[in-house]
Amino acid sequence: MGNINLKKVSKSFGATTIIPEIDLEIEDGEFVVFVGPSGCGKSTLLRLIAGLEDTSGGSISIDGRDVTGEAPAKRRLAMVFQSYALYPHMTVYKNIAFPLKMAGEDAAVIDKKVKDAARVLNLTNYLERRPGQLSGGQRQRVAIGRAIVRQPSAFLFDEPLSNLDAALRGTMRLEISELHHQLKTTMIYVTHDQVEAMTMADKIVVLNAGNIEQVGSPMELYKTPKNLFVAGFIGSPKMNLINGAAAAKHGATTIGVRPEHLGISTTAGEWKATVGVAEHLGSDTFLHVHADDVGPLTVRADGEIGVHHGETVFLTPSPAKIHRFGADGRAM
Amino acid sequence: MARAVSTRRKIGFTVAAWVVAMLIFFPILYTIITSFKSETEAIAGFSLIPSGTLESYAEVQAQSNYFKFFLNSVIIAVGSTILALVVAVPAAWSMAFSPTKRTKDILMWMLSTKMMPAVAVLVPIYLIFRDTHLLDTRIGLTVMLMLINLPIVVWMLYTYFREIPGEILEAARMDGATLWGEIVYVLTPMAVPGIASTMLLNIILAWNEAFWTIRLTTTNAAPLTAFIASFSSPQGLFWAKLSAASTLAIAPILIMGWFSQRQLVRGLTFGAVK
Repeated sequence: MGNINLKKVSKSFGATTIIPEIDLEIEDGEFVVFVGPSGCGKSTLLRLIAGLEDTSGGSISIDGRDVTGEAPAKRRLAMVFQSYALYPHMTVYKNIAFPLKMAGEDAAVIDKKVKDAARVLNLTNYLERRPGQLSGGQRQRVAIGRAIVRQPSAFLFDEPLSNLDAALRGTMRLEISELHHQLKTTMIYVTHDQVEAMTMADKIVVLNAGNIEQVGSPMELYKTPKNLFVAGFIGSPKMNLINGAAAAKHGATTIGVRPEHLGISTTAGEWKATVGVAEHLGSDTFLHVHADDVGPLTVRADGEIGVHHGETVFLTPSPAKIHRFGADGRAM
Repeated sequence: MARAVSTRRKIGFTVAAWVVAMLIFFPILYTIITSFKSETEAIAGFSLIPSGTLESYAEVQAQSNYFKFFLNSVIIAVGSTILALVVAVPAAWSMAFSPTKRTKDILMWMLSTKMMPAVAVLVPIYLIFRDTHLLDTRIGLTVMLMLINLPIVVWMLYTYFREIPGEILEAARMDGATLWGEIVYVLTPMAVPGIASTMLLNIILAWNEAFWTIRLTTTNAAPLTAFIASFSSPQGLFWAKLSAASTLAIAPILIMGWFSQRQLVRGLTFGAVK
C-alpha cells in the first residue's frame, strides 16, 4: 500500500517561505511526477514527504497513518538521490544489503533479496565492485536496488537522471517506468524536465514558487492547462503565448497556440511571418518565425518543409486548439 | 629553450628544498650526534664526528628508568587522543551536518583558546589539580592534554566531515540507520583517512607537549618530556646525557612519523586543494 496524503503542508526556512500551504492526495500505485522550474520547491516537498525536512505546518499521512513527526526510516519509504548517494566504502552487495542489515534481517534473507534485486537490475556481475568502479548508469541501478530491497510503500526519486548523459537518460527513463509496471508501487519522481514528466507520469503535479499550479494526467495538462504557467511549462517546444489584438479577436487577454497546432502555408493564412531559424530534424521541422503584429512564434511541422531563413510563410492556428487566458492568467 | 630553463628551475627548487629541510632537521641530527659523544667531547666545540661511545646512554638508563617515562608518554599521548576523538567526532559531526547560526563562532572561539598563552592559566589549573588530587597522575595529564588539543581535533575532523556529502548520510537515514548506525557504519568508515591523520597529529602533539607535562608531574606520571628536563642541571657536564635522553625521547615519535608520513601529509593538506 502506498497512499500518501498531504494536508495544508507548509515549509519555511526562517523568514523565507518555500512552500506556503499544499494539499495533495497520491493514490496507491500511482507514478506521480513533481515538475517545475529550479527553486519551485519540488525537492523540498519530496524531502518533507521523506522526513528529511521537518514541516513548518500541516500533516503528512501514509496509508492513513500520520507520519508528520516520524523519523525517515519509520515511514517505510525509499529514496533515490540525484547524486546516487551510494556508500563509497562498501561493495555493491553491501550497499544494497545495507537497509536490510539496518532492519536486522537474517543473513540468508539478505543474501536472497540482494541477489534477486541484482538480477532484476542486471548487477549480478558487479556485486563485489565498489561504487567508484561503476559507470553512472550502473551506480543509479545500485541506488535503485538499495531502494527496492526494502519493499517500501513508496519510492521517492529526486532528479535521479540529471547526472546522466542524454542517451543513458532515455534508457534509464524506460527502465524506471518498466520497474513501476513490475512493482506497482507508488512512485514520486521529482524533475525539472517536462519530457520526463510527460513520458513517465500517471499524474503530474506542476509546482511554481511552492504552489501547486495544476494536478492532472499528462494529457490533461497538455490539452487543458489551467493557467499561463502550466501552458508555458508543459509541452516541447513551448506553447506560443500571444497578447494584443490577435488575442482580443478571440475575446481573451492572452491566447496560447502550441507549435504543432499552427498550420503553415507559403501562399495564404491568418498571420504573415518571416522565417528566422529553421531546424530540420527530418521527422519534424521547427521554424522560429516573426509574425507581423503577433511577434515571435515557434512552429512545428511534420516531416521536412522546404522553407529557409528570410522566406515568408503564412500561419493559421487550428481554431479548436486555441487556449484562451484572461487578465488574471487563468484559462477561460 | 623553455625546457632547459624549467629543468634549471627544477634543480634550483630541489636544492632549496633540501637546504631548508636540512636546516630544520639539523638540530635533531646534532642532538643524535652529540648523544654518541662523551661529556668532554660534547663541550669541546662543534664537531660532526662523534667518538661513538654509548656511555651517555648507559648513564641515562642508570640514572632513571627510561621505560617508565616511555610508558607514561604512550599512555598519556594515546589516551588523550582516544578521549579527544570520543568527544570530537560527535561534536564535529553535529557542526558539519546540522550547523546553526553560531557554529562558526563556536569553532572560532575554540580555536582562540589555543592562542592564549598557557602560562596565563597555570595557577588556576595547578590549584584545581592540587585540590582534586590530580597532580602527578596519568589520568589528570591525559584529561589535560585532551582538553588542550581538543580544538585542533574538532577543527580537523570538522574539515574532513564537511567533505562528505550530506546526501550519503540522508540515504543512511532513509535506509533505517539510527544516529549511532549512521556514525558507525557510514560516517566513520568514510572519514577513516581523516580520523587517522587527526589521530597521528594529535599523538605527536601530545607526545611533544612539555609545558603542562613538566609542571603537573613529578615522578609517577612524568612522561619523556620530563625525562629530558631532568637531565638539564645547573652544574656539571650534561650535554651528552641530555642529548642521549632527548634522542631516546624523540626516537619513538620520529619512527612513527616516518612510517605514517604519507598519511600525515595527506591529512594536513586535505581540503586545501579541491
